[in-house]
Amino acid sequence: MKKSKKVQWFWTWVFGSVILRLILVYFPKNLNLSSRPEVSTPLTSIRRLAEGYWLKQSSMSPYAGSMYHGSPLLLTLLGPLTVTRIEGQPDHLLCSLVFVMADIVTAMLICATGKKLQAAYSSSLQLVGLQHLSEDSDVLPSGDLAALVYLWNPFTIVACVGLSTSAIENLMVLLTLYGACARLAPLAAFGWVMATHLSLYPAILIIPVILLFGFGPDAPPRKLFWKRKNLEVDNSTTSDKSCSEDELINEKNMRSVFSWRPVILFLSWALLWSSYVLFLCGIYVQQHGGLQEMFKRTYGFILTIQDLSPNIGVFWYFFAEVFDFFRSFFLIVFHGNILFMIVPLALRLNHRPCFLAFVYIVLSSMLKSYPSVGDSALYLGLLGLFAYELKDMQFSFFLFSGYVGVSLLSPVMHNLWIWRGTGNANFYFATAIGYACLQIILVVESVSSMLNHDRMITKLSTAKLQNVKS
Amino acid sequence: MALTPTTILTLSLLLLLPILSSAKVVEDEQFSEELLLKPLPDRKILTHFHFQTEAPISDHSFARHHHLFPKSIAQLVKKFHIKAMELSFTQGRWNYERWGGFDPISSQNAKPPGVELWAVFDVPPHQVDAYWKNLTHSLSGLFCASINFLESSSSYSAPKWASQSALGSLRYGTLPREAVCTENLTPWLKLLPCRDKAGLSALMDRPSIYRSFYHSQRLHLTISTDPADGLDSGIILEQTLTVVLQPNFQRAGISYPDEIKFQPSWSLSSIFGRKINGRCVLAKSSNVYLQVERGLVTQLENLEKNTVAYDSNDTGTEGLRRNLGFELSITPDRVHRELEKSSSILYEYSIKGYNDTEQFDLGLTWKHPVVWSSPHAPLYASRFLMGSGNERGSIAISLKSTDLTKGFIAANNVEEKYEKPHAVTDFVEKMSVSPSEDKVSPGMMELVLRFPCEIKSAVLNIEFDKGFLHIDEYPPDANQGFDIPSAIISFPDFHAGLQFPNNSISNSPMVSKLQEKSPVLSYTEVLLVPLTTPDFSMPYNVITITCTVFALYFGSLLNVLRRRVGEEERLLKNKDANKAAFLRRILDKLRGRSSESTQPQQPSTLSSSSSFITPKLFLKVLLVAGIAVIWQYYLK
Repeated sequence: MKKSKKVQWFWTWVFGSVILRLILVYFPKNLNLSSRPEVSTPLTSIRRLAEGYWLKQSSMSPYAGSMYHGSPLLLTLLGPLTVTRIEGQPDHLLCSLVFVMADIVTAMLICATGKKLQAAYSSSLQLVGLQHLSEDSDVLPSGDLAALVYLWNPFTIVACVGLSTSAIENLMVLLTLYGACARLAPLAAFGWVMATHLSLYPAILIIPVILLFGFGPDAPPRKLFWKRKNLEVDNSTTSDKSCSEDELINEKNMRSVFSWRPVILFLSWALLWSSYVLFLCGIYVQQHGGLQEMFKRTYGFILTIQDLSPNIGVFWYFFAEVFDFFRSFFLIVFHGNILFMIVPLALRLNHRPCFLAFVYIVLSSMLKSYPSVGDSALYLGLLGLFAYELKDMQFSFFLFSGYVGVSLLSPVMHNLWIWRGTGNANFYFATAIGYACLQIILVVESVSSMLNHDRMITKLSTAKLQNVKS
Repeated sequence: MALTPTTILTLSLLLLLPILSSAKVVEDEQFSEELLLKPLPDRKILTHFHFQTEAPISDHSFARHHHLFPKSIAQLVKKFHIKAMELSFTQGRWNYERWGGFDPISSQNAKPPGVELWAVFDVPPHQVDAYWKNLTHSLSGLFCASINFLESSSSYSAPKWASQSALGSLRYGTLPREAVCTENLTPWLKLLPCRDKAGLSALMDRPSIYRSFYHSQRLHLTISTDPADGLDSGIILEQTLTVVLQPNFQRAGISYPDEIKFQPSWSLSSIFGRKINGRCVLAKSSNVYLQVERGLVTQLENLEKNTVAYDSNDTGTEGLRRNLGFELSITPDRVHRELEKSSSILYEYSIKGYNDTEQFDLGLTWKHPVVWSSPHAPLYASRFLMGSGNERGSIAISLKSTDLTKGFIAANNVEEKYEKPHAVTDFVEKMSVSPSEDKVSPGMMELVLRFPCEIKSAVLNIEFDKGFLHIDEYPPDANQGFDIPSAIISFPDFHAGLQFPNNSISNSPMVSKLQEKSPVLSYTEVLLVPLTTPDFSMPYNVITITCTVFALYFGSLLNVLRRRVGEEERLLKNKDANKAAFLRRILDKLRGRSSESTQPQQPSTLSSSSSFITPKLFLKVLLVAGIAVIWQYYLK
């Protein structure tokens, strides 16, 4: 009874968010959101996509000029929709509908991922003997909470109404995570390949995905299972073991042993999908320089940061100001910054692959060449998945007000600089720096509180073990 | 997009075709000087100097001495394999509304402000760019102008439809902000055999020229082909200087109450403050022409009819016409009249007979107030910027129909950084867009439009996004903005040209130029686009602040990852202790064994260790060498 009421309540809010989006879509010119620098970067702007489609239609390379830098597959998918007009309806209605759908599907995937995670987590807690930790969970399951956070996040709404293609990138990332959590190798591989194809940075998600396939979803530290197992083996020598205990032990074995089979399956599917995607792209850009040109114009554009138009990141101003002979050095350093952290994080958080994926997503959306609010929307939604583990996070109020403050100040500074000419670039850059700092605090604090949570579990579990022993 | 975002180029479409291949046999070096004077409707006067030098080409002429032809130009043509070239320096804007847009002078000599250069090369397509770059540098040195800025690929373009015959070998570039001054005129005059010491060029009084409303100095090079065998036969260098001046108002003898309506009377000495002291002796022909254009002739004829109606005294229409509206101080040697009815009249003066004692000073005195208008191009084009703020904007080209309305084709090319044409697709017959690439090439758009007759006006709207540049790519005065060169509108179906009866015209190069059937051409305004600038004083601050933020991120995240608390630390200590014990055990073992085997095996260990080290060292050296080779390979 209570549960069905909860479910009803959840769906009401989901429909509410859809209706809000549709209302915003019907505003004239989409409230000019599609031209905001916060929403549309050179990679995600729908205007550039329409331009690329136009160039392609007039039998030129879609990458001619320096307008379009996205995937050719997006062109085939969204291109025709940008030119289709329905009489009496807003210009980009069909595109908007696609993005609204993408948002809903993403939210549903977050919800499903949350359910899988929660189930796995409570069973693993049971194994460690800390059932009470999962019993007293809050009013809403974390999956539903995360889905609602994603749907009602103003960043998501703005990115969706502003027709930023990051909605589709987010969908692909979530497909990867869901596929990995549900152990569906083809789905995860498809999501990973598409996400990497669309925006390159999700490539680093291969590590959490492999860990997910190898070890299963998030669980307390693996050491605890070993301890527990040793203890029970000791016990079993003295007492007769029942069938259920045997199963338990088997499961524990499985949890602590890396299973190669699904990983190999995932990798081969990834190989298959990527060759398929490359084949399709190859056909599309065949007459316009081929795949090499495509990689140069998409990945090359991402890596070399050629477009210096302002966005919410810090790189545009940095590379507009930095001396030319240092440019390559700093390009390497900044992209390296993402890669440097991959291994330490993977070593420390390998028992929580989903959280690891979340941290990677935050890092890449912070250190991206062309970040937009769509990327922030994704990790803020995923943050909801770990609401229970991160409830002791420090500075959460500060972070919240910081996000609100920056998202209000940044458009004001942009307006003062670009439109009124009374401010200058430094003011806008200051908000970007502030935003970067907030994201840094968020990622550091969330990792720290997750580790603290693990410590707490370890402590409780060892205390319990000692109780059992004595 | 250094300058690119905003570089609009445009092109003289189809105009170059007839000029490219002038079929004419050049047998001997010859020079001619001519001056055309023409009263303009708005109380101004157009003076158009035209100097033409011809020289035959022969295979061994590279080191040859030329009698008349400037050697520097001959070398230029030889070295860069130029087929045709035009360089113009212009100050001011040709007023198409008042000064006309449908006559040969305005089609050929009205140029966009600043420097305009186009050249057609006779080289394989892949070499054209290299030749163009070298040519800009040579011309830059030759004319004391910053033409070398046209070298960068973002400032010139290769239009497609401008000239079908020169497809791929034509390059076009403009520098709208180039200041034109005497330092550009002096090298230009140096190319003339008499410089400005004698002949018509002696009239060029610098203050009068640079005080003018519009002046354009042009240098046009053509390789003429022999009509018989189609081989190049000679170089034709055409130098023109077009100046629009306001004459000082000369009071006519009698003062009329409506004096204001009178056109100002003028003479050469009142315009330039000098008189012609005689011809340049090296010139084959030196003539002065006075052109009375169609509109004026019609007005004068009306005036004549009225007068005739008054005193019905029709004797000698020719003399009457000449004497009715205005009076010339010198009787012309010859009078040419165009073939059509109500057509323009050309008065010809030969200045062969004048010298220092008897100077030539042509004067014109108006006797009656006359109002007329110059012939207009079929469409009057103007271009302007729309939108506010520094994020995006759009360029609008409005085409307004003038009195002439017929079906026609207008071709124009515009270029922009990010252009997205929302054009009136119904009338677009052909469109070619080469989108701009940031910092590499300017955008260019060529459109062929065909409008129905009844159209009154049309507006082309081109949206663009403004780019953001690296601080080094902004010009020194970044806040002034970037110039977008003029768009070119040409009307290929309309030809501007005067038709004089063949027999009446001597073989004067300028008059044959006026008779040439060239398509009507007009340029739009140059636009100034303001761009947002970053703070130029900030590089160090930005670098340090950004790097600090990243250091903060890296350090704090790493710190969180490696932090141990309480129990964990103790555990680690235990582990360390275990490890230490383990290590000690191993060391002990090793020592024990080594102590056992020290004495007898010492020399062999040494030798074995040295022999063991050598391959390792060798491997290391190999590795380094391999890396070096790879590095070298990829560097190349």
